[in-house]
Amino acid sequence: MNPPSAHRETRILDADDIRRAVTRISHEIVERNRDAGALVVIGIQTGGVWIAEQIAANISVIEEGRTVALGTVDVSMYRDDISLRPVVPAAPTSVPCDLTGATVVLVDNVLYTGRTVRAALEALNDHGRPRAVQLAVIVDRGHRELPIRPDYVGKNVPTHMADDVTVGPDGVVISTTMEVSAG
Amino acid sequence: MKHLITTAGLDAAEIGNLLDVADHMAEINSRPVPKVPALRGRTVASVFFEDSTRTRLSFETAAKRLSADTMTFSASTSSLNKGESLRDTIETLSAMGVDAFVVRHKSSGVPEAVTQWTDAVVINAGDGWHQHPTQALLDAFTVTRSFGDGNTMQGRHIAIVGDIKHSRVARSCMDVFVKLGARVTAVAPSTLLPAGGLPGGVAVAHGIDDVVGECDVLYMLRMQRERMDSALVPELGEYSARFGLDPARAARLPAHSLVMHPGPMNRGVEMLVDPSHLPGSRILAQVANGVSVRMAVLFSLLGGAAAGLERGDS
Repeated sequence: MNPPSAHRETRILDADDIRRAVTRISHEIVERNRDAGALVVIGIQTGGVWIAEQIAANISVIEEGRTVALGTVDVSMYRDDISLRPVVPAAPTSVPCDLTGATVVLVDNVLYTGRTVRAALEALNDHGRPRAVQLAVIVDRGHRELPIRPDYVGKNVPTHMADDVTVGPDGVVISTTMEVSAG
Repeated sequence: MKHLITTAGLDAAEIGNLLDVADHMAEINSRPVPKVPALRGRTVASVFFEDSTRTRLSFETAAKRLSADTMTFSASTSSLNKGESLRDTIETLSAMGVDAFVVRHKSSGVPEAVTQWTDAVVINAGDGWHQHPTQALLDAFTVTRSFGDGNTMQGRHIAIVGDIKHSRVARSCMDVFVKLGARVTAVAPSTLLPAGGLPGGVAVAHGIDDVVGECDVLYMLRMQRERMDSALVPELGEYSARFGLDPARAARLPAHSLVMHPGPMNRGVEMLVDPSHLPGSRILAQVANGVSVRMAVLFSLLGGAAAGLERGDS
């Protein structure tokens, strides 16, 4: 029998917080890349895709007339843990143009070990040599295993490794499962 | 799923998952540099005891595009005395460190036997009259993607024309197409229908004219000339007259219909029309899709969910 456990869910951001975070990140991207030329926003499949879509839409409003290319990248073929755990491809990659010379903003929902981002960087390489790659995430939950850091962060959230962090348009929820000693 | 020996063990959901992974592989194949590091360090050995060009090259291309190393063993069946030497071959190659064997043999059941002699993954690339599972999967991929039907063949009528009895392609295809919901008709002379009957749900027609006006897919099988000797078909000319696709019949195909053929084609026997003149011909698409689908099979067995779960260390 499993030991008794308590399950706790904490909502740390609500829908409005998410919207504000994405808007702020969009402004920061515009500010940082004023003369950057071609800007390509690429969401990591699948959690980063809706965020990338919103960022790209925001940027074209903030800077009227600036065209922002939007793409997605699936990292499953580039993971370093293939065959250590089940790797199931999510949805195919769709990179709209040759990335050579472009500034790429890579977008994901949660930054954790950094291994997904490492795989994404390798995946992007197969589509050209970007001038620069920047990283935007809604939640940075720590516990990095690789020298990777985000350029744009919605919120830094200290977590335990056993926690589960869910990010969606309606908010961010941390699920904690704790073992409870009987009696 | 540890091996891929037959389509029999696959249900519609598992077939759908493989086709979804093949979509990823098709995207990779469309890139300027169609190669990903997914299976770096893995070795795929193709062991072909029967002649094949496209299947062997298709598997080797698939393995290379996933960055696996490949080795090839070709043997004419006559030089090998099955049993002992076949087993020795597999055990020798296994000892060199092979992660997957892609096996073709003229005898049914050899790929299944190979699973007993190695810990590696075994993929059936065609055994006797038995099965050719990757062909059926790539054909299902070709049909569903051509029609934009997702992972279902519901409502599609597929006519498979030719030597059903001796065709491992037909056997695997009928199984997969029926599972995905297609209406399948086997079109063949009664001498070329399997003695044990057809799988449930498969109808029979005895002339191509019965299906050509209303099928969504006309799937032509190769008429194997060696069958002529055994008097199963009285004369090639008569076969062509009743089962060949000629220009007049091609003109009666509905505008959306696809024409498929697993190759190699017998021009002048079952194909009396140049397929490059058929707007619905998907024969070259089948070859291209074959690489994507075999990549999906290799990845799913060697690197995907199945492999991880088999090892129980997810």
